[in-house]
Amino acid sequence: MSEVRRFLGDARLVAARDLRIEFRSRVVVGQVVPFALLVLVLFGFALDADHRTLRTFASGLFWVAVLLSALLAVHRSAALEQSDGTLDALRMSGLPPAALFIGKATAVFVQLVVLEVVLLGGLLVLYGVQVVDPVLLVVAGLLAGVAVAAAGTLYGALASGLGVRETLLPILLLPVLAPVLIGATRAFDDALGAVAVDGWAWTGLLAVAALIATVVGALAHGVLIED
Amino acid sequence: MAGRDERPGTTGSRGSRLLGCVALASLVVLGVLAFFLTGPDVRIHPTTGEEFGQFDAVRMLYLHVPMAVLMYASFMLCAAASVGVLVKRTPWWDVMAHSTAEVGTVLCGLVLVTGSIWGRPVWNTWWEWGDVRLMTTLVLFLLFAGYLALRRTTTDPRRQERQAAVVALVAVLDIPLVNRSVAWWENRTLHQRSTLEELKIEDLTLFTLMFSFLTFGLVVWWLTLQRFRVGWLERAAIDHAVGSAIADRRSETSADELDAAIGVTDEQVGEASP
Repeated sequence: MSEVRRFLGDARLVAARDLRIEFRSRVVVGQVVPFALLVLVLFGFALDADHRTLRTFASGLFWVAVLLSALLAVHRSAALEQSDGTLDALRMSGLPPAALFIGKATAVFVQLVVLEVVLLGGLLVLYGVQVVDPVLLVVAGLLAGVAVAAAGTLYGALASGLGVRETLLPILLLPVLAPVLIGATRAFDDALGAVAVDGWAWTGLLAVAALIATVVGALAHGVLIED
Repeated sequence: MAGRDERPGTTGSRGSRLLGCVALASLVVLGVLAFFLTGPDVRIHPTTGEEFGQFDAVRMLYLHVPMAVLMYASFMLCAAASVGVLVKRTPWWDVMAHSTAEVGTVLCGLVLVTGSIWGRPVWNTWWEWGDVRLMTTLVLFLLFAGYLALRRTTTDPRRQERQAAVVALVAVLDIPLVNRSVAWWENRTLHQRSTLEELKIEDLTLFTLMFSFLTFGLVVWWLTLQRFRVGWLERAAIDHAVGSAIADRRSETSADELDAAIGVTDEQVGEASP
């Protein structure tokens, strides 16, 4: 039991460190969130600001905006370890790689939740959508957030240290997140009353994706960060 | 790997040349079977008497189905080799993983293209967004395209081996989805269940299909073998380049200067000598 507590303590330490850096630098709040809102606005321009069209496609546009913004957040999270030999210091610290992974993924998850809340506000105000099933919306949003954060942290660690990580990360990460995009969009379609689908069934898919991404990430992180 | 007649710097050996010739001959026989000896799929409607079926498009079966099955096999081999990379950490497993992934990706691309060409006359569309198997296959292709992009990055080979192994193991998680999608999402696919399981095809069509498995099996075997050897030579070339660069660097400095640089005195050198 004490081992589990120590593991969670280590993970909390790493998550708190990443969130403290974010709180002080405000990169996600100051740059990633405005970028996500900009994407929503650009969709509005591209679709000629037709409210009915926007309401129909709101879920898909929301999740595309989340995924594009998540790339920036993941990139930022991975970049934190690249400066001043931080990764070497972490390797030397004796923290279990799985705890390091869970900690970093948790920090990305918290940032994604903030992003989703702000973007949802954007959907309500700019696209004029209505929330029909708030419980489904919250559960699907959280599960998709876990899946994106876990897969993102795994691939962020993988691409870090490569000279071409800015271009390689989207190529590696976006296909992995395709099932999450599909599941989250269908679940939100139901929660926003846009399309008559069984949103809870798609939420089940999101739960499986979140579980797989977390387990694979925790197992593989050690292999990726060892030198 | 080296055969007796193998010349340095080539990927051919007597065995692989023979394999290539047999594969080529099988392709010719398959062409004759598929285009001339087997007939088109034409059925008569029992009540109206109208002709229906896939007509000549059914011949695409001999290309599309074996390629799909061999694509699964290549990616599963890649996954097994990637486990080997993580456990054994030897170049053999890494070159094997890279070779099978590359051949598998080519097959996956061809499966999508041949499926699309077949879909035009039969489903009346080049591409069907609602088809789950099509989507999961496309995702599989993109996952391995990412894998190959990662392999082209220049970095420490030992680090790249591990990274690529993780990417491959995540990517193959999509294979059960591709394979079972027709059964799991029956109402969301235009793909039919396996006609082989239900024995709806028979006689020469069945024989030609089985022969196409054998033929493309040989072709894929030959391709993988060649790609493996190219990969092995690439590794050897890199090792050789690094080795000769170190030798060149050493030759720029005399032995005494080297000893002085690392702090070894003449007395220590004398003591160390037999």
